[in-house]
Amino acid sequence: MAEYKRPTSEQEFAKNFSPKKPLMSDTEAYYESSRCLYCYDAPCINACPTGIDIPTFIRQINNDNKDGAAKTIYESNWFGHACGNVCPTEELCEGACVYNNSDVKPIEIGRLQAHATDKVIRSKKRLFITGKPTGKKVAVIGAGPAGVSCACELRMLGHDVDIYEAKAKPSGLCVYGVAPYKLTNEEALDEMTYLQEQFGFNVHYNKPVTGRADLDRLEKEYDAIFIGIGLGGTSKLGVPGEDKRGVIGALEFVEELRNKHQSTLVGSKVIVLGGGNTAMDAASESCRMGAESVIIAYRRGPEEMGAYSFEFDLAKKSGSKALFNVTPVEVMGNGSVTGVKFIRNKTAYGKIEAIPGSEFVEECDMVLLGTGQGKQVELLEQISGVKLDQKGRILDNRGRIVVNEHYQTSNPKYFAAGDAVNGGVEVVNAAAEAKKAAHGIDGFLKK
Amino acid sequence: MADLRTNLAGIKSPNPFWLASAPPTNSGYQIMKAFDAGWGGAVWKTLGVPVVNVSSRYGSVNYRDKRMVGFNNIELITDRPLRDNLREISEVKKRFPDNAVIASLMVETREEWHNIIRDVENAGADGIELNFGCPHGMCERGMGSAVGQEPKVLQTIVEWVKEVAKVPVITKLTPNISDITRPARAARAGGSDAISLINTIQSIVGVDIDQFVPYPIVDGKSTNGGYCGPAVKPIALNMVKNCAQHPEVNLPISGIGGVENWRDAVEFILLGATTVQVCTAVMHFGFGIIREILPGIERYMDEKGFKTIEDFRGKALPNIKHWEDLNLKYKVTASINESKCIGCQLCYTACEDGAHQAIALSTDPANRIPSIIDENCVGCNLCSLVCPVEDCITMERRDDAKQHLTWGERTAAGNIPKGFNDELAGGLHHWVPEPMEALAKKKPRHYKG
Repeated sequence: MAEYKRPTSEQEFAKNFSPKKPLMSDTEAYYESSRCLYCYDAPCINACPTGIDIPTFIRQINNDNKDGAAKTIYESNWFGHACGNVCPTEELCEGACVYNNSDVKPIEIGRLQAHATDKVIRSKKRLFITGKPTGKKVAVIGAGPAGVSCACELRMLGHDVDIYEAKAKPSGLCVYGVAPYKLTNEEALDEMTYLQEQFGFNVHYNKPVTGRADLDRLEKEYDAIFIGIGLGGTSKLGVPGEDKRGVIGALEFVEELRNKHQSTLVGSKVIVLGGGNTAMDAASESCRMGAESVIIAYRRGPEEMGAYSFEFDLAKKSGSKALFNVTPVEVMGNGSVTGVKFIRNKTAYGKIEAIPGSEFVEECDMVLLGTGQGKQVELLEQISGVKLDQKGRILDNRGRIVVNEHYQTSNPKYFAAGDAVNGGVEVVNAAAEAKKAAHGIDGFLKK
Repeated sequence: MADLRTNLAGIKSPNPFWLASAPPTNSGYQIMKAFDAGWGGAVWKTLGVPVVNVSSRYGSVNYRDKRMVGFNNIELITDRPLRDNLREISEVKKRFPDNAVIASLMVETREEWHNIIRDVENAGADGIELNFGCPHGMCERGMGSAVGQEPKVLQTIVEWVKEVAKVPVITKLTPNISDITRPARAARAGGSDAISLINTIQSIVGVDIDQFVPYPIVDGKSTNGGYCGPAVKPIALNMVKNCAQHPEVNLPISGIGGVENWRDAVEFILLGATTVQVCTAVMHFGFGIIREILPGIERYMDEKGFKTIEDFRGKALPNIKHWEDLNLKYKVTASINESKCIGCQLCYTACEDGAHQAIALSTDPANRIPSIIDENCVGCNLCSLVCPVEDCITMERRDDAKQHLTWGERTAAGNIPKGFNDELAGGLHHWVPEPMEALAKKKPRHYKG
């Protein structure tokens, strides 16, 4: 089990958070790309939500055409570099690699992708020419993976784009939400700069779109509006005592960590509530921040966790322990948190039942809530004609949970993609959906 | 236990593995080191009037992550004075009397030949190899392959050599000729005791596409070189076979060309070579590769029950026929072992685009294991060659092994296609899809168009 010393300097932080998928050298990329079999109708392509022509870009790397490789990647996915680093490749492209079927190590597709895109980002090589101006203007709300992907694609189609971003930096969760050992802020922001210089969309930072007045203005000034606002903050747990000091959302914790690094306060005994990927990230990161004990507590058994198994493995390797079949009933403490009272569960016919009298208290000085993100209902509710379901997800005009195949909402001027629509998946899903949404907008504008 | 000792026209060596005349045999230091490592013999870097070499001398062909699958050089014969080489030959022979030291020679006049032969014999060389093969630099001065390409000139020089040589004479042949047996026959007619082949193949190894100059580059310019390495082995094997099968050649052969491991050596021996010569593999991996080669061939011989090299030398020759003598009734088709298949579908696309459309994909996209359409399979082997899994696609015999009919026999019986649209056309009843079906075929989603 790995033991991490509490980082006190930027170097120590960097050491504890060293990249999970470090950038490949030219030599490593050459040897790794040589291994690709160049499968017919390759399973890796079909496993990629953005459908990158992976065997082709790998062949391009191998044949000393890294600009071409980057172009192949970006043609399908405008977050090519971020995705190379943060994608759950074990579950997607690399998980589909046919080498898995013969117990040969699958091709390291994510790292090869990051290698090729890193080259063009560093050289600022312009690979794309934006479309002939159409005179149409589109407002994009949110400069995260969905918003920026949509903006790039709209620029390729010749439309002007203004992005309105509530925060001070672009790329959304790539800067504010993913674990620092997956992607650094510099890498994420360099890709954003690269894209913006190439595509020439405008980004208005610290400009949240909050109310009806903002929407009125956008509706007046723009021909179409794209909603790429992602999800809201961490949902409430709904148990007594969760307002105590030391109880924070896992996502907010990650955001602070990404921006304040070693100055982020981390308890010595941390309990992470939840079984999703964000919970696993928060647990791994707490370990790397030098917490003495980190416990992941989940209501159900390990096989039912929402997290990818490799993320749980990473959390365990980092030093986390796990408590299964326990439900938090109260956050203990006097002003500051001192522990969490749990009750044990049993599962019967898929439902969890509390076992009476099984309550126990697990001591801690920090609680991280990995209990899911809320939806940005307040904003969405103010868009006339946009319907939401009870969970706050955007409905299309036939009342389906998703918007239609053009990612158009029930208000025809509004399109939406990414976490706001899919409920929160991966960067790559937002990139894939937003690209299609841009074509939906293009079709709408041409009518 | 296998006895690896060989005797090539009287040149004895403890094993058939010799270093070819090349950079690894440039000095006594290198040859001492090689003999110490276990090499059986060495052909000294060609002696003659010392040359002046250029800087930047080699180029290579890399295939994916494999370096130097083909190798090219523009280096000439020795650039060291003869007296230094002669002294080192003596030293090596003194220390390693049982190993074969062969002096490769290249000079111009009859007198020069006579003089240098006496010199190397006095130094202790066990044999002489006449370099009639070098395809760059020396040939422009009327030596090397310029001789190897003119059988009459070659024969005359071999005769000059034989006038004085007391040790066995090997004539080294150039492959830069349409019929290798012509110079081989000339060598025999001139009295040569053995032949060695192949020398390097005239080549341009690649072009620097930024500077617009072929490799290797000498101050912005280049010249053709000589090609060798693993990539040339098939050419060398064929030429060795041609010489070994030709009744008028009938000379012991030292096989050269892409030998890198024990299996390569066995192949050359099966086609008639008595010894093999190695250069590129040593330039790549060093003399140490002999540690793999010797136990490899010993294990092979022990397993097959061969006690000496002679027991299997030329053993594949009776099985090499003219095309017209092959059995047209023999029929194999491919068979995919589904439990081994990893679903890469390389066999499918190879057969579909590059052969006979005899492999089908499942209609269920979740099932990536292709299947052979037996009636379309012509048994070409392509799928089994591209398959990346060991023993996954095998070629299975489908005929009853009772019938035998060759093209020659059919020709004699008048039973062959004669007109352009003859009913006897081999592919007449073989199913071929209509051209338009190509465009109707379902494509992978990422294919353009």
